[in-house]
Amino acid sequence: MTLTIETAAKTFADGTRALCPTDLTVGPGEILSLLGPSGCGKTTLLRIIAGLERPDAGSRIRFDETDVTGLAVEHRNVGMVFQSYALFPNMSVRANVGYGLKVRKVPADERRQRVDEVLRLCRLTDYADRPTHALSGGQRQRVALARAVAPRPKILLLDEPLSALDAALRDSLRDELAAMLRQFRITAVFVTHDQSEAMAIADRIAVMSSGTMLQVGRPEELYHAPANTFVARFIGNAMPLAGQMENGVLHLPGGRLELPASAAGKTAYIRSENIRLDQAGSLEGKVETVTFSGGHFRLAVGGVLPDGSLLYLQHPGRTAPESGSTVRLTIDPSDLIYLADQTSTHS
Amino acid sequence: MKRSLAWWLQCAVTLVIAAFLLVPAIQSILAGVTANYFRGLSSGLTLKWIGRVWELYSASIFLSLWLAIACLVVTLVIGVPAAYALARNPGRLSRMLEEFISLPLAIPGLALALALLQLYGTLSGFRTSWTFILVGHVLYTLPFMVRSVLAVLMAMDFRSLEESAATLGASAFTRFRTVIVPNAMPGILAGALTVVTLSIGEFNLTWMLHTPYLKTLPVGLADSYASMRLEVASAYTLVFFAMIVPLLMAMQWASARAQRIAQ
Repeated sequence: MTLTIETAAKTFADGTRALCPTDLTVGPGEILSLLGPSGCGKTTLLRIIAGLERPDAGSRIRFDETDVTGLAVEHRNVGMVFQSYALFPNMSVRANVGYGLKVRKVPADERRQRVDEVLRLCRLTDYADRPTHALSGGQRQRVALARAVAPRPKILLLDEPLSALDAALRDSLRDELAAMLRQFRITAVFVTHDQSEAMAIADRIAVMSSGTMLQVGRPEELYHAPANTFVARFIGNAMPLAGQMENGVLHLPGGRLELPASAAGKTAYIRSENIRLDQAGSLEGKVETVTFSGGHFRLAVGGVLPDGSLLYLQHPGRTAPESGSTVRLTIDPSDLIYLADQTSTHS
Repeated sequence: MKRSLAWWLQCAVTLVIAAFLLVPAIQSILAGVTANYFRGLSSGLTLKWIGRVWELYSASIFLSLWLAIACLVVTLVIGVPAAYALARNPGRLSRMLEEFISLPLAIPGLALALALLQLYGTLSGFRTSWTFILVGHVLYTLPFMVRSVLAVLMAMDFRSLEESAATLGASAFTRFRTVIVPNAMPGILAGALTVVTLSIGEFNLTWMLHTPYLKTLPVGLADSYASMRLEVASAYTLVFFAMIVPLLMAMQWASARAQRIAQ
């Protein structure tokens, strides 16, 4: 099913604008992630798609060619996984999963067959007759997913489905969830504030901030070609190299960088993974802190950027320079991202 | 084991208080099964007085049970949806409404009864019917049902439960029936037992509203104290105890359970 959203907006009764007019299309079988910090309007948009929130006048939501804007939530045929999972405590796992089929008056035989199938796909067969409070966090998440997909919804909506889990579980369940969603071959919209989660699960990511959709694209696109400073900072923590540009040369307190002509009038951004320690590098700074994080060292270098800002870099290898020592750095100009100044991006 | 003086003092105080509370109850129970109270236990034990109570007041017992059941039905039908509506729409108006429903708790039953008499006393068909007493009981017990259900609803995330039922295709009524009511059941049960216990034991409001043909259990009790032999009145107390104590225990159990779930 194709989901089409046209000029969807939401203003709450007290006048707060939760969502500015937004357009979005999600193709059949596509998994789209709404990514942004809390309060950016991503959950509001998800609830508008579900029918749990009534959008402002002029908004249009279509499932394929059908306009569902005025359709009540119970008639929309959406599947939703809630942040808290909201499993029915008065029912067993099987009854939870079968609830949507039961209220739609699916005959008992067919219902049992369908529930068994979904339980098997979600690896819940062994827990079918348990009460929901006797399950672990990961199992509860799978029950919530199974319950949402059992009635064969047109679209699956997931609201921060991993945030209720321990950090240790989250990574393994993230990949498991991605695999399960692919296996259902269902159009899905998935809300998260965690960029690694969005990148691991989604086909495309829509980055949102303060009620506005800033950029929609594949994870690689957002990473390599962010449309503005917010996206550049939010996806992969790009750092601005704020210095004086003169004749194609960027002057920084810690040295100079030669930039191509196209960089004129823009700010250059760099990510920590693209800065290398190099004796012959053109930039010089003092190591402020060194943190070991398994695969690499994370170094904070002062004196390169103006106003006391720190430049972070990732240093692979077994040893790292001590804090307080002076190091030279090199940046490959092809790794730089050039963006117009921040003031013009948040319109 | 050697006990300290403080322990013995505490023990003595506890025993004295327990005796203070228990002795009258024991004496009353004994009076109800003694052949002649003025001659004491030496006159022998008998069930004669209990039989006499049954003869004289069985109508009161059945009326009280009937009233309690009717009161329960009405408070369930009004109270559960009311609690749900209050929980769904939190706000100043809901708070005021909740306080308003709870007013009969603070107002003396006599005042409430007087208001009912002033308003409906002239409708003679209604005034002399058992439903008149029922109205009083419902007014008095409704806040207990509403608050008990409301507490359980507020403790669970009923909004998400209901929203997830809605996305699964359940209509508003189906959601209420299959999700809200079953999950609010501990509160409903605790509320129901409170309502029944209060309705059976209610005296001062009922005393104002009753007619000579409609005496409830406690009104009959007052009547027997005023006009019967002490043994009959005591036997009546015994009957009353036998009815109310199991209800009271069930109520304790149910509200402890509701509180455990509410945590």
